[in-house]
This record gives sequence, structure tokens and C-alpha cells, in this order.
Amino acid sequence: MTELNTAMIEQYRNSFLQEVEANVEEGEWVKMCMQCGVCAGSCPLGNAWEHPPQEIFMMIRAGKREAVLSSDSMWMCTSCYNCISRCPRGLPITHIMHGLAHYAQRLGLVPKNQPTQRFAQMFWQNLNKKGRVNELKLGLSLYFMNGFGEGVKTSLKMKDIGLGMLKTKRMAVTEAFGGHGVKDLSGFQKIMKKAHELEDARIQKSGN
Amino acid sequence: MADEKKFAGYICTGCGIGERLDAGQLETIATRDGKMQSCRQHEMLCSKEGVQTIRDDIANEGVTHIMIAACSRRAKVEAFNFTEVAMSRANLREGVIWVRPDTDENRETTQEMADDYIRMACAEVKFMTQPTGSGEQELNKQILVVGGGITGMTAALETAAAGYPVHIVEKSGVLGGHAGGYYKSIPTRSPYAEPQDTGISQMIADVEANDSITVHLNSTLARTEGAPGRFNAEIATESGSSETLSFGAIIQATGFKLYDPSALPQYAYDKSADVVTNEELEGLVMQADGGPIKRPSDGKAVESVAFVQNVGQNSTEENELPYHSGIGDMIAIKQAMYFKELNGNCDTTILFDNLRTPGAAGEDFYRAGQQKMITFSKGAVTEVVPGSTLEVKFKDLILNDDATMQCDLVVLDVGMMPNTGPDPYAQLAVEEAEDEAEKEKARALLENAPPSILNLEYRQGTDLPHLKYGFTDSHFICFPYETRRTGIYAAGPTRRPMDMRQAADDAAGAAMKAIQAAENAGKGRAAHPRSGDLSFPSFRKEGCTQCKRCTVECPFGAINEDEKRYPIFNEARCRRCGTCMGACPVRVISFENYSVDTVGQQIKNVEVPEEWDEKPRILVLACENDAYPALDQSAMNGVEITQWARVVPVRCLGSISLSWITDSLNNGYDGIVLMGCQKGEDYQCHFVKGSEMGLERMSKVGDTLQTLNLEPERVASYEVAITDIQRAPKLINDMAETVQNIGMSPFKF
Ligand code: SF4
Ligand code: SF4
Ligand code: SF4
Ligand code: SF4
Repeated sequence: MTELNTAMIEQYRNSFLQEVEANVEEGEWVKMCMQCGVCAGSCPLGNAWEHPPQEIFMMIRAGKREAVLSSDSMWMCTSCYNCISRCPRGLPITHIMHGLAHYAQRLGLVPKNQPTQRFAQMFWQNLNKKGRVNELKLGLSLYFMNGFGEGVKTSLKMKDIGLGMLKTKRMAVTEAFGGHGVKDLSGFQKIMKKAHELEDARIQKSGN
Repeated sequence: MADEKKFAGYICTGCGIGERLDAGQLETIATRDGKMQSCRQHEMLCSKEGVQTIRDDIANEGVTHIMIAACSRRAKVEAFNFTEVAMSRANLREGVIWVRPDTDENRETTQEMADDYIRMACAEVKFMTQPTGSGEQELNKQILVVGGGITGMTAALETAAAGYPVHIVEKSGVLGGHAGGYYKSIPTRSPYAEPQDTGISQMIADVEANDSITVHLNSTLARTEGAPGRFNAEIATESGSSETLSFGAIIQATGFKLYDPSALPQYAYDKSADVVTNEELEGLVMQADGGPIKRPSDGKAVESVAFVQNVGQNSTEENELPYHSGIGDMIAIKQAMYFKELNGNCDTTILFDNLRTPGAAGEDFYRAGQQKMITFSKGAVTEVVPGSTLEVKFKDLILNDDATMQCDLVVLDVGMMPNTGPDPYAQLAVEEAEDEAEKEKARALLENAPPSILNLEYRQGTDLPHLKYGFTDSHFICFPYETRRTGIYAAGPTRRPMDMRQAADDAAGAAMKAIQAAENAGKGRAAHPRSGDLSFPSFRKEGCTQCKRCTVECPFGAINEDEKRYPIFNEARCRRCGTCMGACPVRVISFENYSVDTVGQQIKNVEVPEEWDEKPRILVLACENDAYPALDQSAMNGVEITQWARVVPVRCLGSISLSWITDSLNNGYDGIVLMGCQKGEDYQCHFVKGSEMGLERMSKVGDTLQTLNLEPERVASYEVAITDIQRAPKLINDMAETVQNIGMSPFKF
């Protein structure tokens, strides 16, 4: 996606804000931020971020494209919606955070090994296979995300909970082998394909 | 009114007074001690029948002086409104029964309190005369407006619309003032999204077409003398001719000047033609005449512009403004919109520190600016580097970054400074400065004083007194137009920084006040806060030592001096505060309904028990504007006040005569509590300086106490607000405790 990145740089040379408006979900709201800092103060994770939402919005206006898109800040958002419910200007901050993350992902600017990004990818692939999330597999891939040794350790630690879930029929071992999908799997796949096409076309158009 | 005085007392037994107090005893006190020739009781004196009883006595019995013992003098004023007789009120309800517990052991002291208030009211009324006005009053409906900008024109139009003829004196050759050169104004109507027409040309046309308005262009005031109802103003034109006209009242709407950013080299205002003030930008837009705005240096259409906010404002630096004009950010949004309208896709950046967009309208306008893609950056500009493209260096305050931006034009948000005359008290400030540094500052102010605008022939100087930073002095909360020169009203940015809409509102308010002043002067009535009072100060010439205390201390410059240096009380200028009365060392100044005697006799007629009775007496002199109402309020809330207190309302702390203090100490009072309004820069005093003068005078009480060998704690003065419902009674009760601790006064006879 780096070509797309170059194309975007070319097109919006003057204004990263305009680029965000055109390409990021709810991006047209960024200009309305009045820098009050309420979101930054409300975010339960805000002080762990390099740039809290308020700062991200200011950086967008200041044209700090590289710094924003390769930041891992927006990847830290847990969708708790604290900021949205408090923003006096009504910015859909959470959606913008995810929109920015998604855009950065498309442009290939996500920092390497960003864990939430990796987990998001895992989730997506898991979901895409059968049209529904296979929780057992997703859980296991999460345990083993950082290597085999750590995976075994985590699995052993979670063993009692797992057994309990089996007993109460909250989990089926059979799901580990294939697992069940949505009724019309091919229909689902068609929908996804079409969506990809539309999205690519939109970005392509904007990048020209 | 008959020459013979006839005194009558009326005691109300309603509102619980009859149950709590022995009315028969009160009646005896009124007739025996108070020397009332008649005394009646009524179960509800404020009722129609009760009032009628009094009216009948006035009509049939020739009663000239009445003493009403009922509720506070601030209650039932409509019922007890007898304009033809002198009246005093004994406050038995709020002053006695509501502040004392209804128990057997308190019955005696509660009754004693009431007895004293009867004695006091009887003594007071004996020394009062019902004021009838001086007969000097004149009605002159013509109003003078100084200044032909938006404030002046609005004031003139409003005054004329109310049916009063107006003259506008304008220094320049055109009407319109600053706003006359503006492209558009900040929106005043919903949805507050676009700059709107200033409406100035229409306003000028309206003024010119109005038969009741006479405009004097290229004119100034060479001399103004007189008082409300009889101001004589000499209007001088540039060409040298002049005419003198008389006016009932004056509105000063002389507007503002702009701060000169040359003093701040970092903005390169003097170095680059493309750095302009916000007002100069309006000129550029007018020149563009609907086309793209061009930059001054080479006429290039502006493609990017930076607005630098808060230039030389809100600063602690020398040569900068210590205050903020408050409207510069709204102006910047408006002007950035000019560029969005006229210069296509022009980059507009507003570099602000604290964005001030007050009110719902301000917030909507700000959002509208954001919708239009105006960039708002919180940044402190450190330098503007001149060049074919200007470079603006700033510190990004959100990202904590040093940043730069390039642009074609820089617009500086400079502050508004009042266009006022010299402060009449500038000389006094030099004399009164406490240390050398302060003296130096005061001297600089005096030396750099602007030329006079009104050229008043007042003993206390040529122009309206200043509050701060050159803005005219007026009570910000309660009576914003009322200056310290009665009948002269300040309106618009000469009073405080404001925008066009506020200036127009201000003008309308000042116009109403000016009309009221002219009408009051016609009837000999006082202006705010003793509105309607017909009394005025007069003095016993034989006793006057020409000490000038009165002429100096009058907060309103009401008193001039005659050739022999005796005071001349211009009653229409007088606000009836009594500060002159309190100041006069030989006590020759008095009002018909308020004098050294009306209060002094109340003090004397309180019964002071012997020392071994262990019944102390505490005198409370409470300002009738804030402290007394606060005490009334606390009474309504059932807050207790010590049974030893005797409260006397005074017009102002400034009216307190030192003799009252000395006399009461000599008569055996054990403690004295003085309550006035807040003084100083954010004063609450209804007479501006009265409380300050009073407190200053009271600071000398220490000497008296020393001579009498009394403890200094026996006299305490406080600044009390109308909201001090709990505190005011507490201060009195504290004094009771103090007396308990230090013991009774040895001066009881
Ligand atoms: S709370 Fe809203 S307006 Fe305030 S800084 Fe955050 S996004 Fe901006
Ligand atoms: S929704 Fe995201 S950005 Fe908003 S407060 Fe929660 S974690 Fe922070
Ligand atoms: S009563 Fe007040 S306003 Fe009037 S002359 Fe005396 S000091 Fe001045
Ligand atoms: S203060 Fe009293 S004595 Fe002094 S000039 Fe005034 S009236 Fe005369």
C-alpha cells in the first residue's frame, strides 16, 4: 500500500486535514475540535498513549501526517466511549480513532508488531473464514500470539477456567477442528468481496 | 405645612409585635420620653384603615411629624408614604422581635430593646423636616451627546425617539466613528454564522433625517459648566466659531483608540507593510471593494493569512495593556471569514492563546468558523519575520513544539483603549502615593494625561473620574452608566471594551438614564441610589471655616467654591450620600431629613443602664444600602442578634460624623460596630468613595479611644455585603462577646 501512501501525500500536499476529511471515517469532524482536552482527560488509557485524541486532532491540523499515521496511539482505543459522551463539541472521537487506525493500516504505516493491530488482524481473519468468530480458536491464537512457550504457559494458567466452561457447555472442543460457520457461507464471502471492491475503488478514487 | 409642629406616634401591634411586646408601655415611652403629643395603637397599621387613621390625623389634627413603630423602614414603604410630613420609623419587627428568642427570660431585654427604638425614632423625627426641594430646579429636556460613533448615534436616536431633543458633538468631519470604516460586523442574529452588515450608513441617514437631532461636526466642547438640568456647554468648531447651549444631561460616548503595536518589535509591524492591525484590515477589505483582499506591499491577492491574537493585551509587561478587550477573537473569526468569502481557497489560521467567544452567539460563530475550515491553532507567536512571504514563528501550545508558518499577510489583534479625558484625581494620586515607586507611576499618569474632553468647570477637575486603565468609573454591577458626575453618563467603549452590539445596548441604557436625570433635575430629586429624595445638603455659613474638606471629599464633585472660598452645593449634582456632612469638622452641613442631630439624638436617647446592671449597649451604624438590608434579611431568617445592640441606619459610612462616635463613647456605650460597603478597586459602595472616606476617617478613632483610655477593640468597622445574612449579625454578636471579655465601659453616668 505504499504506492497509495505516495499518491495521498502527493494529492494532499497542503493539507493533511483535508486528506483526513476525505479518507477517514468521520474525518470531517476533526476541524470542529476546540481543543478543550476533555477527551484526553476522560480516556481511561489516555495517559498511556503517546498522543491522546485532543493532541491527535491538533497534529492533524498542524499537518503532522507521518507522526499521526505511524503513531500507535489510536490503536490503543478500547471503544469505551467515555470521550464521545463527554466531548462538548459532539465529536465521534472513538470512530475517528478507529478510522485513523484503519486508514493507517491501508497505507501500510502501522508500526511493526503493534499488538492491538495484530490481534485485530487475527480477529478479522478468524471471522472471515466462517462468517462468525470461532472463540476457541481466537482465544488460542491470542495465547500463542507471542510464541509457543508463552502460549503453553498461558494455556496452563487458564486451564481451570477452560474446564469449567466445558462443563457448563460454554465451549465445545469440537470447535477446534473446523468449527461451524454461518448458514450461507458462500453468500457471506460474496458480500465481503463486494465490500472490498467498493472500499478499494473509493480509496483509489480519492488517491487520484 | 403649618408652622407649628405637631408630633404623633403610631404603634403597630400586628405581625406578632403586640404578643411579644407590651404596647402600652411603648405608648407611655413615646409620649413620656419621646414627647409625642399623641400616640395610637393599631392592630395592623399598614392596612387600609391603619393608614387612613394616620392620614386623618394629618388632615384633621394638623400632625406634621410622625413616628411609626412597626416594621423595618425598608418594609411597607408604599403604605407608609406620607409626602407631606416628616416621618421616622422604629423597627420593632425586623429589629427586635424577629431577632430575639420568644422566651420568658428574654422578655425583659426584648422590651428594653423596643423601648429604646421608640425613644430613638421619636428623637430622630424631632430633628427632621419634610424636604420640599430648593426651588432652584429647572427642567431642560435637551440632551447633549459627545461622540458621533455607533454609541453616540444610538444614544441620540433613542433619546430623540423618547421625545427629547439631542445635540451630537463630533470631533471629526463625519459621523460613524470606527465602525464607519468596517466592511461587516460580528453577527447579532441567529444562526450567527456569517458576518453581517454594520448598519452604519442607515444609522447615519436616520440621524441626519431626524428633526430632533442636531449634529455638530468638527466640534469639541470648549467649556461645560452647571449641573443636571442646567448644563451650559460651549461648542467650539474647528474654524474657531462657538456657541453655548444649555442641556439637561450629557452622554459621553467618546469611544476608543487602538493600541499601537509599534511598541512590540517582535511583530515587525513597523518593518513590513504586510503586518496590519485588525482595524487596518477592515480598510484593506473596503479598498478591495468586493474583490479579493490584496496585501499592501505589492498588491498581491492574499492566499494565506495569519491572525495573531492577544497582541499586547492581558499582559504584565510595561507598555502593554493589563486587560483584554474580550472581542478580538470574534473579530478574527469575522475577518477570517472575509478571506473565505473574497479570496477563494485562502488559508486562514488564527493563532490564539485563549480563544474568547463569549455567549451562545460566540460559540455558534466559532463553530461556523471551523465549518468554513478556518484553522485554529493554540500558539504563542514569538516572532514575525518580514520578507516577500512572511514567516510567523510560534510555540504550538498543544503539541509543545516550536513551529513556523508562511503567509502573505499578518493581522494583529490589538486591544481597545478608552478615549477619555484626564482623570481629575490624577494629581491627588501623586500626593497620596504611599511609596516612591507608586508616586513615580502616578506622576507618569499625570504627565501623560490626555487632553480634556468635557472641559468641566468643576472644583474637582475637568472630566469624568477613571476607575482603572483610563476607563470611566461607574458601579459595574448596580448602575453601570452612573458616573461620578451626576447627569453625565458614559456609554460604550469609553466605559469598558465592548463590541458594536454591546455599545448600542449601552447607549440605549445611558440615554434612558440621561432622560431620567434631566427629569429628576426638573423636580429637584436625587438620582440613584436615593432616587426621589428631595433633600439636599445645606450649610451654616457663619460656622464654616473654609477648610475644604467637603469639596475634596464629595465623591461626585458636586461642590464648587465661591469667590470667598465657601462651598457651593450644586444640589442637582448631589447624590445625597452625606459624605460632606460626615467630613465637616465643624458639623455645619445638614439635610432636612438627615443630619448630625437626627442620628446624634438617636444615640443620645438610648437608655444606657448603670455599669452594675451588666447590660451593655452596642451601637451599630449600618449603611442603609447593603448592611441594613442584610440585617433585615437575617431577621427574616430568624438569625439572632444580641439584645444589647441598637442599630441606626446611615446613608453611607461616609456620612458618619466622628462626633457620633465620641459622644456615644462618652455616654457609656460599650462597643461600636460600623458597617459600610466594600471599598477599593472592586468597590460595592453605592456612593463609590463614601465607604472608603468613612473608613479612612474611622481609622482615626484610635486617638479618641486613647484619650478616653478605652480599649481599641471597642470600635470595629467592617465592609458588609447585602448577602452577608449570617455574617452581619455575627459581627454584632462578636462585639457583645468582646465587651463581655474586656468588661463594661467605665463611662456610664
Ligand atoms: S473533547 Fe472534543 S472538543 Fe475537546 S479536545 Fe476532545 S475532541 Fe476536541
Ligand atoms: S473510546 Fe477510546 S479514545 Fe475514547 S475514551 Fe475510550 S479508549 Fe479513550
Ligand atoms: S451629599 Fe454627597 S454628593 Fe452631595 S454634596 Fe455631599 S458629599 Fe457630595
Ligand atoms: S467641610 Fe464644613 S467647614 Fe469645611 S468648607 Fe465644608 S462646610 Fe465649611
